[in-house]
Amino acid sequence: MAQPHFPGAPFQSEDDFERDLHTEHQLLNMGPSHPATHGTVKFLIELDGESIVNLDIQVGYLHRGFEKECESGSWYQAIPYTDRLNYSSAIIANVGYCMAVEKLLGLETPERCQWLRVLVSEMARVADHLTRCGAACLELQAMTPFLYGIEARELVWDQLETLCGARVTSNYVRIGGLKHDMKPDFPASCREFIAKTRSLLKDFGDVITSNRIFVDRLVGTGVIDRDTCLRYAVTGPMLRSAGDPLDLRKAEPYLVYDQIDFDVPVGECGDNYDRYLVVVEEMHQSLRIVEQCLDHLESIGPGPVNVLDPRVRWPAKGRVFNHMEELIQQFKSVTEGPRVPAGEAYMATESANGELGFYVVSDGSAVPVKVRCRPPSFINLAPMSEMLKGAMLADLIPTFDFINMIGGECDR
Amino acid sequence: MEDFGSPALRALLGALPGAVLETHAQHGDATAVVERARILDALALLREEPKLDFGMLTDLTAVDTLPRAPRFEVVYHLYSPTQNHRVRLKARVPEDDCHIASAVSLYESANWMEREVWDLYGIRFDDHPDLRRILLYEEFEGHPLRKDYPKERRQPLVGPEN
Repeated sequence: MAQPHFPGAPFQSEDDFERDLHTEHQLLNMGPSHPATHGTVKFLIELDGESIVNLDIQVGYLHRGFEKECESGSWYQAIPYTDRLNYSSAIIANVGYCMAVEKLLGLETPERCQWLRVLVSEMARVADHLTRCGAACLELQAMTPFLYGIEARELVWDQLETLCGARVTSNYVRIGGLKHDMKPDFPASCREFIAKTRSLLKDFGDVITSNRIFVDRLVGTGVIDRDTCLRYAVTGPMLRSAGDPLDLRKAEPYLVYDQIDFDVPVGECGDNYDRYLVVVEEMHQSLRIVEQCLDHLESIGPGPVNVLDPRVRWPAKGRVFNHMEELIQQFKSVTEGPRVPAGEAYMATESANGELGFYVVSDGSAVPVKVRCRPPSFINLAPMSEMLKGAMLADLIPTFDFINMIGGECDR
Repeated sequence: MEDFGSPALRALLGALPGAVLETHAQHGDATAVVERARILDALALLREEPKLDFGMLTDLTAVDTLPRAPRFEVVYHLYSPTQNHRVRLKARVPEDDCHIASAVSLYESANWMEREVWDLYGIRFDDHPDLRRILLYEEFEGHPLRKDYPKERRQPLVGPEN
C-alpha cells in the first residue's frame, strides 16, 4: 500500500526528489533602516525561496525639498544645500552648481581657481570611493579593510579641513571663485597625504582584492550590460564597468581636465567585481590628478581665485569700512545676492557616481526659478530591480553597495 | 527658425517642421520647444537617426512658469555617448489639461523621472506603466514644487488608526 504523503513528511523514495512541493512566494520588507545597507531605502522583495522574483525599490525617505528650498533663497544660499546632496563628496556638487550659475552669468573663473576646483573635486572623489569600498567590505563582514578605508578617508577630510575649515560639508566653492586660496604649507601636507593614502590603498587591496569570500560574493553578481546602462541613462563607474569609457572629464572637458594626464579605467562584464576594480583604479588616477594640480599651482605662483565681477564679488573689507559705495555694494550683496540674467543652462560634471547635472532657470531676479539637480544616485538605482531579477537575496547587498546610492542625493 | 549649427535642431526642423515652436542656443545649449502632442515623434527621431544617436535621456524635469500660460514646461535633456552631443527639448503643458505622453516606451530612464515630475508637479504621463509617487508618500496632499504651494504648508498626520 502506498504511503500517503503529508506536507513536510520525510522523503520516502528516489521519486520524491522530483515531486513538486507546494511553495509560495514570500514578500519581504527590507529597510528603510537595515544594518546591511548603508542607505535609507526600502526594498519590497518578492522571494521564491532565496531567489528574488520581483524587487520594488522605494526611495524618498531623506527627501527634504532641496529644489523648493533653493527656489526660496538667493543664488548663494543654495550652495550649502548642494553640500548635503552627496555628503561623501560634497565639493563636487558645490563645483557643479556654481559652474551652472556661472554659465548663466557668462563668467570665466581665473586659472588658479580652476586648478584648485579640480584638486578638491578629485580629493572628494577619493573620499567617496573609499566610503563605497569600505562600506561594501563592512557589509560583506570584512572589518579590517573597512578600517583601512576609513583611515584613508580621514586623511582626505583632514586635508579638506586645512584647506577650507570644514571636514565633510565644506561649502568652499563660491559663484565666480572660491572662498579663499590655499595656505602656503598646503602642498607639502597634501603630498604627505598622497603618499600615506597610496600605502593605505595598497594595504586595502592586499587584504581584500583577491580574498576568496570577497571575490565569490562579487564576481558574476549584479551584472548590467552597456545597452541596459544607456536605456536607464546610467553613468559613472557603473557604465564604465560595463565597458563604455564615457567619462565627462574626457568627453566634455570642463575646468582644466583637458590639460591633465589621467586614464579612464574600463571594466569588461559589468559585475560587482568589475565595479570594485574600476573604482579602486579611479582612486589611483585621482591621486595622480591631485599631484599634477599641486605641481601646476606651485608653478603658476600666487594669483586671484575670484573673478573681478561686482555682481558676484564682494568688495574688499578695508574699502567697505571706509567708502560709501563699497558699503552699499556689500549690503546689497549680503541682503539680496546676485541678480542672474534671465535664461536657462545645464551644466554636467563627472561626480563620483556619474553625471551630476545642474539645470538652472532664472527670470532675471535674485531668486532662482528652478534649480534642478540631476542626481546620479537616483538614476543609477532605477535598474537595480532588473539587475537582480532571479538573483539570490544575498547578492542584493554587494550590488546595492557598488551602485553606491547616497540617500541625500537620491532623495534630495 | 534657426538651427544654431546643431545637427539635432537641423534634423528636427527638417523632419517635423510644424512641431517645433521655437529654438534657441542660449549659453551653447541647443534647445527646441516642441508641440506637446508631437513630443514622442521628436524623441523617437532623435533616438533613431544614426547620425544623431541620442541613446540617453539623461534628465527629465519640469518648470512651473506661473503666472505664464501654458503654465508648465516639461524639459528633456538628451545625450549621445557615441556622438558626444546634447540637446534639450521642451514641451509646454497647460494647467487645466495637465498631461503629456510618457517617454518610457523609448527610454527606460524616463520611468522614475516621470514619477518624480508627477509627484512634485502633478503632471500626468499618459501610458506610464507605474505612475505612483516616488519621493513623497501616497497620502501627501498637493504637489510641492508648484509655485502656488506654500513652503510652510503643513500636511495632515498619517499613520495607522488606533
